[in-house]
Amino acid sequence: MCGLCGVLGGGGDWTDAAARPGVFTRNIDPLQRRRERVNRVVCAQKVLSFYGLTLSDWQSSSFILSTLTGKSEIVDNLTHLWAAAEKLIGRPCDPLDPRLIDRLEAAGG
Amino acid sequence: MVDFTPVNLITGFLGSGKTTLLQRLLADPALSDTAVLINEFGEVGLDHHLLERIDETMVVLQSGCLCCTIRGELSAAIKDLHSRRERGVVPAFRRLVVESSGLADPFPILSTVQADPVLRHHFRLGNVITTVDAVNRLGRPESIKQVAVADRIVLTKTDLAPDCEALVAELRGLNPDAPLLCAAEHPIDASMLFDDAAHSPLRAFPAALEAPHGAVQSFVLTFDGALDWTMFGVWLTMLLNRHGEKVLRVKGILNVEGSDTPVAVHGVQHLVHPPKHMSEWPDADRRSRLVFIVEGLERSWIERSLAAFSGRPIARSGRAATAAG
Repeated sequence: MCGLCGVLGGGGDWTDAAARPGVFTRNIDPLQRRRERVNRVVCAQKVLSFYGLTLSDWQSSSFILSTLTGKSEIVDNLTHLWAAAEKLIGRPCDPLDPRLIDRLEAAGG
Repeated sequence: MVDFTPVNLITGFLGSGKTTLLQRLLADPALSDTAVLINEFGEVGLDHHLLERIDETMVVLQSGCLCCTIRGELSAAIKDLHSRRERGVVPAFRRLVVESSGLADPFPILSTVQADPVLRHHFRLGNVITTVDAVNRLGRPESIKQVAVADRIVLTKTDLAPDCEALVAELRGLNPDAPLLCAAEHPIDASMLFDDAAHSPLRAFPAALEAPHGAVQSFVLTFDGALDWTMFGVWLTMLLNRHGEKVLRVKGILNVEGSDTPVAVHGVQHLVHPPKHMSEWPDADRRSRLVFIVEGLERSWIERSLAAFSGRPIARSGRAATAAG
């Protein structure tokens, strides 16, 4: 848990798997971890922009998800991200939504 | 580095032979250092009384169905075992086997082990072993789900049901990669069921597969080229957030950008195991391959969505109507 904000961290999410023998993770050293977090923001933003949401890294420990009007949520990882996004916009974030897929296809993935 | 204690789940519908299987397995010296948790379903607790070997590390769960009422109790029971092990009150077991009730949904049991903040630092999920009664076959939604999440399928009572080809085909349609054993014909030893190839990828991927079982169907998505791991994570977390209950299982190997060897992924509904970095490719095929077992989701939707997110076209060739056993 972060001593500053009390956010519970290290939830054992598979996208942030702890470095253990045989486990594939980019959570190995500070540089790799930071690079992955930047990538994650870039990749997630391609999808989140469809919903008018923006994601930013916060202190390399959490992410801040915000609406265009400034409502924000702190999220720990990708698994938490989508539930928070749905809560902020009040509708489902569905990767099978044809309109979202059309948008991604038009943008080239 | 100390390995975590594997937790194996033995599941299967009522009367499908879970306890008999467990009884056979516990006679294997390889399981002498195994603790067993059994679920006492109903007031009688037949499972408990049928099990001959009851050692001091056994805890009988008292409150009925494991899936809906005693997830907390399961967690407490495992923690209690762990605590007693650490204090030396019980022998230092190196494996834990949980036998679920026949009506249990396996998912909450698995998620209890992986999500509990204490358990996940001491235990890890091992194979899920599902027994299927060759006489009474599948039918209830619970039994279909139990087969879908299995890492090993044990077909029981095959001596009473000589013609099992249709059932095997049905099982293959539901779960194409789990090794299938016949309890009556094959000698069953612990290593066959508990071997930690548990979460390794499919050794023999079917070229293609599609075998509808009502609303449940399985299929394989194959795509060329290396995949962006981060974008895949964005996609899969989003898919499981919205449709996790319908994704009974997703399993496969991925060719990931920046990695010479493949990454194995394995998920059951909302739960995804830590990705496994394999030491080598299982064969000469370098394509990413993902098996989905889904309920009420169309292959074409998932296919198009993954292609759009990853920027990789999905191969559609060689589709078969049914899966071979």
